[in-house]
Amino acid sequence: MSEGRLPDRPPEEAPATEPGDYAPSVAARLAFLQRSGGVITPLLTAVFAFFVGGIVVLVTTGKNPLTTYRAIFDGTGLNWLFPWVTGAERTTAALNLQQTLLLTVPLILTGLAVAFAFRCGMFNIGGQGQYTVGAVSAVIVGAYVSTSHLPHVVLAIVVATVAGAAWAGIAGLLKATVGAHEVITTIMLNWIAFWTASWLFGIGGPLQLGGVGNESVPASETVKETAKLPVFWGDPLLQGLHIGFFIALGALVVYWIVLNRTTLGYGVRAVGFNPDAARYGGIPVARNYFLAMAISGAFAGLAGATDVLGWEFRLDQTSIQASQIGFIGIAVALLGRNTAVGVFFSALLFGALLNGTSTTNLDPSIFRPELAQNLTLIIQGLVVLFVGADVLILYVWSLRRKLRRQAGAADTA
Amino acid sequence: MPDEPILELRGITKRFPGIVANDAIDFDLRRGEAHALLGENGAGKSTLMNVVFGLYQPDEGEIRIKGEPVTMRSPREAINHGIGMVHQHFMLVPVMTIAENIALANTPTHAGVLLDMDAAERRVADLSRTFHFALDPKARVENITVGQQQRVEILKALDRNADILILDEPTAVLTPQEARELFAILATLKQEGISIIFISHKLNEVLAIADRISVLRRGKIIDTVPREGATEEGLARMMVGREVLLRVEKAPSQAGDALLEVEGLTVRDDRGLAAVEDVSLSVRAGEIVGIAGVDGNGQTELIDALSGLRRAESGRIVLAGRDVTNRDARYVLDAGYGHVPEDRQRRGLVLDFSLAENIALHDYAEPPDSRFGWLFPGRLIARARRLLKEFDVRGGGPRTRAAALSGGNQQKVVLAREIGRDPRVLLAAQPTRGLDVGAIEFVHRRLVEERDEGRAILLVSLELDEILSLSDRILVIYEGRIVGEYGPDVSEEELGIAMTGGGRETEAA
Repeated sequence: MSEGRLPDRPPEEAPATEPGDYAPSVAARLAFLQRSGGVITPLLTAVFAFFVGGIVVLVTTGKNPLTTYRAIFDGTGLNWLFPWVTGAERTTAALNLQQTLLLTVPLILTGLAVAFAFRCGMFNIGGQGQYTVGAVSAVIVGAYVSTSHLPHVVLAIVVATVAGAAWAGIAGLLKATVGAHEVITTIMLNWIAFWTASWLFGIGGPLQLGGVGNESVPASETVKETAKLPVFWGDPLLQGLHIGFFIALGALVVYWIVLNRTTLGYGVRAVGFNPDAARYGGIPVARNYFLAMAISGAFAGLAGATDVLGWEFRLDQTSIQASQIGFIGIAVALLGRNTAVGVFFSALLFGALLNGTSTTNLDPSIFRPELAQNLTLIIQGLVVLFVGADVLILYVWSLRRKLRRQAGAADTA
Repeated sequence: MPDEPILELRGITKRFPGIVANDAIDFDLRRGEAHALLGENGAGKSTLMNVVFGLYQPDEGEIRIKGEPVTMRSPREAINHGIGMVHQHFMLVPVMTIAENIALANTPTHAGVLLDMDAAERRVADLSRTFHFALDPKARVENITVGQQQRVEILKALDRNADILILDEPTAVLTPQEARELFAILATLKQEGISIIFISHKLNEVLAIADRISVLRRGKIIDTVPREGATEEGLARMMVGREVLLRVEKAPSQAGDALLEVEGLTVRDDRGLAAVEDVSLSVRAGEIVGIAGVDGNGQTELIDALSGLRRAESGRIVLAGRDVTNRDARYVLDAGYGHVPEDRQRRGLVLDFSLAENIALHDYAEPPDSRFGWLFPGRLIARARRLLKEFDVRGGGPRTRAAALSGGNQQKVVLAREIGRDPRVLLAAQPTRGLDVGAIEFVHRRLVEERDEGRAILLVSLELDEILSLSDRILVIYEGRIVGEYGPDVSEEELGIAMTGGGRETEAA
């Protein structure tokens, strides 16, 4: 080797940069994270978060964190996957798992929304607003359009997806033309969606549901039967799992394909890693910012549609205002390291947590359900914190290698 | 004891996984001498100096300062021992002023509590005047040129009263004039009794300034020789282990039609000032035109305008018969333009992409790489494999991430991509920046080959050696204007004078 270069970069060296360089981009750092540790880092992050959550349980309530977690686990229904669970226990687990997966579906989609924007180097904090816009569109098409089953469902989904794309596209356009930072614009757009939807379905609002005696109900019309997504597992009357689940799985595949097998995905990734090189290479950077945000919003809008058409069937002011699904999507994407597989498992984790700690599932003698929901929030926050403190996790990881090498050196000395 | 070395390294060994970066190195530095450490990239020079500066701990061996053995666990301890280091990659805060950066290391205060920025600014102004650095203490680091940033780094070390100064490739971004000024400063420092270690892979500079030269190859010291009697050829042979071609052999150019014509080009920089003023030039097929100039005289803006990355306020650019003035980068590239950027890591490559993806950077949206938006990774890889072989890129294959390659191999990938597109006009900006002797030889030879294939090559470089070696015609740019045109036999002195604005005799053709 005439160049004589070090084949393995030692952990002490700073990443190679040219003189006068600035810190690497967010996407570059996230990419660095992805490579180092692979699946270990997200696993470690989740374990860390649960560990700290367990300590909080112990310290604040004196309850045994392990039994608490066990109770939460049973509440998720994931024990249905174990073949040794039978009988009545199995039936309960099935019901629980359906609920968990019902929550997982929109989380996958909002997670994909955030992840796609991240791959282009952008923070889409507007998943909630895009979700809302999608949900509103789905309710409108679902309730006011009359047509047969398949076209109705397809139309509602398409309109919702496009609406979400357009909503995010506003932020993308602003970034592409005047360089407005997408964090600011998407948050603002969240609030616009929030209040517009609240007004639309509020008391006296233009789309409030009609009918005598409903004047004080701030909700929308219910979608027609022809717009509802068919349930494939469980009883529709008991909120079984609808085919939106397969739509979400399909979205995961589409995400992977777009990023890795299309020219659009190539452009998005190039701009995300290094906009300077992309620009010099002739790649239209501004156009990619817009497209990436639009696609990101499309996923979130689709999430709104699957919820409305799958089990909500109508929107009311309270649920619009209380919904956090777009924001949990951020944690999902971060933990899942912006990959399709990662987002799936991460969404499953959060969906399981949300369901397992809900009031109907948790035995109050083991753990007070209201506290359990806060526990979920704590764990969510910890995940985001630990992912954000990637330096910490990486330091711990490289410490392991350093210790191993020192042990090796001590042996040979 | 006047003859005792001020710094002594005995048997220093440093290992990393899979490689011995420094192998039983003995090295000493005498008081008041300039000792050059010469070697190719990867030979272990930077590692050795990082050991001296406390950034690494040696696995074996001893460091002695003024006869006393020391262990340095951190740069702070090294600084306390009087060692100052100026790194190749700067450690400055871009948004702060020069005075603030200097004050970071050594903070002047009122009564130990309140920050005294006036004192810091005064100190910078004094040091700058003494050593002729021409630095404005209030200027922000992000707004000054790379050459000036370099000078701030040196100022930082001087400010901390080092008596051993280690300079890691300090002239990598300096012009010949600035390098000469640096050498004058170093000579003054030597007179003051400061001892200097000078890491470099540039033979001519090492011969200009060093009293003794130690050559490092693959982690071992090959020899330490005094400057008298040392020759460039001898040193190169020690560095590389074989004969090295220092001046490219080339036949005279057979120039054809003009493929790049620039008329009356004016380009403004980010601050709205005219960085390029009324520049006209032409490059013919089969010739290499070199643009020489001090860093910051409009080269960057000129390159940006030619590449479609910056607006030209007025003038025309015609490429292979097509008017490409103020067209976007895509249009210019499609018109037959190839561009080797001066900053391969920031502009030339997406470091997180594989080599195959990087090679496809311009063409991924067209067949055969893709069709109707669908990418065919297999074809990207096949083309990359062919080009990587042709350009002898080592350190990885089509699927390797670009960041894993050495600087020289990364540059080869950029060249492979640009030349592989068969451009009519090729612009090479600083094509051998940061490369070692072997890689430079390759790049130079390749550029001449492409010239002989009939391409028009515009070479923009801060290395006068490179310009003189490769160019068939030389233009000098100064304050945004072309101030002289010369043949390849012009002397360095004459070019140097033109580069600093003196003696404008000939106007460019």
